Amino acid sequence: MREAVFDTVVVGGGAAGLAASKIIAERGYRVALVERENRLGGILNQCIHNGFGLHYFKEELTGPEYAQRFIETTAGTPNIEVFLETTVMDVKTSRADNNNSGKGSTNSPGTKEVFCYSSRYGVLKIITKTIVLAMGSRERNRGNIGIPGTRPAGIFTAGLAQRFVNIEGYSPGENVVIIGSGDIGLIMARRMTLIGARVLAVIEIQPYPSGLTRNIVQCLRDFDIPLHLSHIVSRIYGRDRVEAVDVTPVRNGKPEMEETFKIKCDTLLLSVGLVPENELSKKFGVKINPETGGAVVDAHMMTSVDGVFSCGNVLHIHDLVDYVSEESIAAASFACDYMEERGKWPAAEQFPTVASSNIKYVIPNSYDPEINNRFFFRPMIVKNNAKLCIRMENEDKEQKTLLEKRLLHVQPSEMVSVNIKSERIKEFLRDGEENRLVFSIQ
Amino acid sequence: MSSRSNKSLICISCPIGCHLTVEYDKDNLREENIKISGNKCSRGITYGREEVLAPKRTVTATVSIASEIQRRLPVKTTKHIDKVLIFELLDNLYSLKVKPPVNIGERLIENFKGTGVDVVATMKLDR
Repeated sequence: MREAVFDTVVVGGGAAGLAASKIIAERGYRVALVERENRLGGILNQCIHNGFGLHYFKEELTGPEYAQRFIETTAGTPNIEVFLETTVMDVKTSRADNNNSGKGSTNSPGTKEVFCYSSRYGVLKIITKTIVLAMGSRERNRGNIGIPGTRPAGIFTAGLAQRFVNIEGYSPGENVVIIGSGDIGLIMARRMTLIGARVLAVIEIQPYPSGLTRNIVQCLRDFDIPLHLSHIVSRIYGRDRVEAVDVTPVRNGKPEMEETFKIKCDTLLLSVGLVPENELSKKFGVKINPETGGAVVDAHMMTSVDGVFSCGNVLHIHDLVDYVSEESIAAASFACDYMEERGKWPAAEQFPTVASSNIKYVIPNSYDPEINNRFFFRPMIVKNNAKLCIRMENEDKEQKTLLEKRLLHVQPSEMVSVNIKSERIKEFLRDGEENRLVFSIQ
Repeated sequence: MSSRSNKSLICISCPIGCHLTVEYDKDNLREENIKISGNKCSRGITYGREEVLAPKRTVTATVSIASEIQRRLPVKTTKHIDKVLIFELLDNLYSLKVKPPVNIGERLIENFKGTGVDVVATMKLDR
């Protein structure tokens, strides 16, 4: 078995892994960037549409162009070694690592062993101080939403169809119905139209679209593609190939079966959400947050396993790659701080963050009063002119408002971020108390 | 008598998606007569005007490439192009056959139908 020694192993060479590797290498640490595919860039390679990079690069790029910017810096950095077509199978950590309580580590953290395999290197063991998890996500599929009916060919997840069309050069079908109005589904509605297919309908169970508003406009309205909100596909017909689907309106959470109508089609694309890909993380004891499907992370993006960090879609699902880059840069910087101050890091005690009214989750799961904290959270409501409220809550139930902010428009498909300065947090901190930071939207 | 009209639009210039109100005079459609509100940046004004005068879009697509890495080469228009020209542009793209190596920004179609819009590759494919 081949062995190698690095300061950091970054698992996954997509948007998150590329950004993380860049930062860690710039800080002078040696990075092993491990990627399963035969090239870097991850899912960005198949996202040929534009709209990427407006925040991060201040210009509008397509997915492959966005990836290329990072790939170029990676290739030009001697501190990064890229392992392509290499899969991480397992991670071994010392027992002392598996208790990051967010209260400051007292143990001297052990080294970790990352086991990979590839046809090129065989089994490879990488010995490392830190790991950055950047594996991205998987698509939810038919099984996850349980559509009754037959099991014919012609049913694809939207991202898989996107790969077929944009990379392999195959068309999945001619008459298409799309389930779910997530961004990938909307992008694929336009994409299928541009390659000559007919998109007959987009079916969304929620009363509001789950993708970005601009995608409703430029992907559906531009091509007069009907969007059926509060509808479900209640049956799939066809023996060898999809022949039709039943579409049923939903009222008050109940399908109105007598109002069902049928759409003839040969292809069904599913855009019903993404799930963080944490099979590897779970295997070596990383604690998972049931609300996000990603790791529980502390204020420094460190997971429950000491020296293991997480960022990008493997941590929680993002709607913009720009935020993935930003978050990964933050996680990578913390990983570097960790290596610089090994054993006595982090210095300060951390306190929990809590998602309250109309908020699904807050990332990270705790905050550090000594640093300027950046929080990401996902609203559960659609509202114009909403009010974000962040309070400090303690045992005696007395709540103090730390921050109030107007949000012009909130909806579940659009993540919100907010910064809180160290000084502001310290004003409210009380000795020996829980100091929970509670987030809510009204 | 001038007839003022109102149109509600959602700006697609960036993912924020500002809700715009566009006010214009149907009988006197001139750029300076179109009033836009609800925008958070100047791109909203450009978008609102264009939507009333002549809607334009950036087109992204793929063309055939004889590459070992993948069978389609992603491309984009360098500027917005009139919506009515999109399918004609696509027909042109679908008849192209590109050979590697190709770099990002390499021009595949120049000044499409005199619009001043080029089509460029958006991926680097060496072989």
